[in-house]
Amino acid sequence: MMDNVKNLNSMENPIRYMLVGVGGQGTILASDVLAEVGLKMGCDVKQAEIHGMSQRGGSVISNVVWAKQVFSPIISEGEADVLVAFEKMEALRFLPYLKPGGIVLVNDYAITPVTVSAGKMSYPDNHEIHSKLGLVCKGQYWVKGVEIAESLGNAKAANVVLLGGLSALIGEDASPWIEAIVNRVPKKYLELNQKAFESGREAVLGGKA
Amino acid sequence: MVKRLLSGNEAVARGAWEAGVKVGSGYPGTPSTEIMEAFALFPGVYAEWAPNEKVAMDVAIGAAYAGRRSFCTMKHVGVNVAADSLFFGAMTGIEKGLVYISADDPSMHSSQNEQDNRQYARFARIPCLDPADSQEAKDFMVAAFEISEMFDTPVLLRLTTRVCHTSTPVELGPQHEIDASPISYPRNPAKYCMIPTNARKRHGVIEHRLDELVKFGETTNLNRIEKRSAKLGVITGGIAYQYAREVFPEASILKLGMVYPIPVDLIREFASSVEKVIVLEELDPFIEQQIRLLGIELYSPDNGNHSLRADRKTIFPIAGELNTSIVRNSAIEAGLLAGESNPVLNVEIGELPSRPPTLCPGCPHRSTFYLLSKLKVPVNGDIGCYTLGIAPPLNAMHTVGCMGASIGVAHGAAIAGDTERHVAVIGDSTFFHTGIPALINVAYNKSNVITIIMDNRVTGMTGHQENPGTGKTLQNQDTIKLDIEALVKACGINLVKTVEAYDVAAIESTLKEWLKVEEPAVLITREECVLLPSARKRWMPLEVDAEKCNGCTLCFRIGCPAILKSSEMDPKFNRPLAQIDPLLCTGCEICAQVCPRDAIRFRDQMIKASSEG
Repeated sequence: MMDNVKNLNSMENPIRYMLVGVGGQGTILASDVLAEVGLKMGCDVKQAEIHGMSQRGGSVISNVVWAKQVFSPIISEGEADVLVAFEKMEALRFLPYLKPGGIVLVNDYAITPVTVSAGKMSYPDNHEIHSKLGLVCKGQYWVKGVEIAESLGNAKAANVVLLGGLSALIGEDASPWIEAIVNRVPKKYLELNQKAFESGREAVLGGKA
Repeated sequence: MVKRLLSGNEAVARGAWEAGVKVGSGYPGTPSTEIMEAFALFPGVYAEWAPNEKVAMDVAIGAAYAGRRSFCTMKHVGVNVAADSLFFGAMTGIEKGLVYISADDPSMHSSQNEQDNRQYARFARIPCLDPADSQEAKDFMVAAFEISEMFDTPVLLRLTTRVCHTSTPVELGPQHEIDASPISYPRNPAKYCMIPTNARKRHGVIEHRLDELVKFGETTNLNRIEKRSAKLGVITGGIAYQYAREVFPEASILKLGMVYPIPVDLIREFASSVEKVIVLEELDPFIEQQIRLLGIELYSPDNGNHSLRADRKTIFPIAGELNTSIVRNSAIEAGLLAGESNPVLNVEIGELPSRPPTLCPGCPHRSTFYLLSKLKVPVNGDIGCYTLGIAPPLNAMHTVGCMGASIGVAHGAAIAGDTERHVAVIGDSTFFHTGIPALINVAYNKSNVITIIMDNRVTGMTGHQENPGTGKTLQNQDTIKLDIEALVKACGINLVKTVEAYDVAAIESTLKEWLKVEEPAVLITREECVLLPSARKRWMPLEVDAEKCNGCTLCFRIGCPAILKSSEMDPKFNRPLAQIDPLLCTGCEICAQVCPRDAIRFRDQMIKASSEG
């Protein structure tokens, strides 16, 4: 864990999280959990979902802000402390929202948009994403969320793998996170999600990300 | 005290329940939809989806006449549909509390126009409350019922997308019990029958009511002054309050919870207590203009950016949703803040592949749009998922206005003398909403419009709500399934046919036949939305037979996200073969029907192959 990350964990200054992904990835559930964690940690919290005509396959954005007192629920360009991308190209798309020196957590997973599959445009490679993110952020952490979740038996738990990774960046104590997950996920998937959370946390703490 | 994270919409529903509301009626529309869905789950309440917003409002008015607290919900453009009722409800007043809810959509995240429905409050002479977060959304809902009964008026609770879809902590309160006393429906025609002689008297009453509401606004805790520095005073309301606190942390603030009518003395007092006064509000200069009418001088930047309009908005943009960055930049430009705008990134991201909204894989609307595109007819569209027929490569929609407009617009073009044959495309729920009178007009006034009712058995775009065609109510009661074909015939249309929406050949032959016949016709394309749980059970990805495919690209013309270009090339033409994404394909077979070389396997071929394999 990096020192600059710990500095974020104070009540005086807001922590602004921007969660981005593609419809169907569980971005909203992850942001529900994140908002709940903030509340459990004694913060004021706001969580804004930005939906438009988002169909399956469209970009999904969610903003979560923790602070002593939160005012604006939406994050303007250059304001996000943490950018969590459930799909790696979306990290690049929303990079302008990251505060210079902020942190990026990337799910190393691509969902090919129609514009690419139709052969009109090309998908950026990992090197390009990595180097452009590096120009703005202070730390970037890549987690193979889908791969890890698949190894646990269900690719859909990738969002919780990412939450585990995020928890390692934000707080020493995992318990408010686990409580929030327990409150949010259906019982029959609880064990899977707990494992997913631990694996994601381990991936970041163990320096594998 | 228990605090729970609730979205603004959930908070409004909770507020309705806490206020002892008995009846809620609404029509789905982003960003309002979740209010009635959440309210419907509370014990002891009645909640319904009406066929349109006007009916929803009439229902709420009737329940309030009957002595039960009631409310109606709709998106901002829905209030246009309901406006006739909004005005008569304002004229008559009520027996028990009545709240109209308008969820406005600044920036038009999913709307056809941007409108500021605070204007309706002034237009109809009713009070308007404008909350800034979920706690206020709940508290203002409760307050709205008190004001409604105190002043014998409907109250407009105006929300915006950002309030509706943001979750913030809310302190829950107890329920004010639902009135269960026997109903004695009023026999008071002087108040409730708006014939001209009565209406003329009532107009005087409602003007007086506004004067009383101004007095109320001076002292209510819905409006409050936050004293900080005397250098700058910001008058604000709704979500803009949040941006004011963040961008002007030192400024004194007059926060108006009731934005119409405005508290005259309170505003004068506040304005005289600070050196400079500005108004910060989203969309129209609604508060700003009223303050100008009081003769209060607002700070006006001398930067030559003035609009010439008498009704101009100063400092902040009139169009689009605000955020802290826009507010800060406008304030810097106006000389209110020193410094620079947010640090701008110099990273060249380049153009990334977009993820444009398109019809979902397996969408039953796709076949019809493919054929309309092929037939090159002018298509007048409507509001719903099927509006996405506009997207390339289908490009099969040429006008889209508002709910129910397709049929009337097509009729207008036809009777104007256009020699092209006009088609109107409308969904099941939108047809029930306002399509029916327009179809009667087509039959009655004898144009040759071909109307296609895309019946996907649900209100789709807003997230699968029940409607009069589905056989279920909002509170999950069994009910009628409206017979669209019988209804269309009763409207006076003789050429009517229902086809399966995935049946490309049937749709094509019917349309081609009707294009030769000079009379109005209605084609009902029927197939449930592919995202409904019952449809998901039938999902089965198809496959391309690489031996047969020669890369002709015809299947790409249906615009299905599940059809990809393969890395495999056709040896003869050296062009990529088609490939199907098994994670996206649902097995609707539209592509298989369109393929001229039988290179895409149908479902039964897939089953046969797997049983043999």
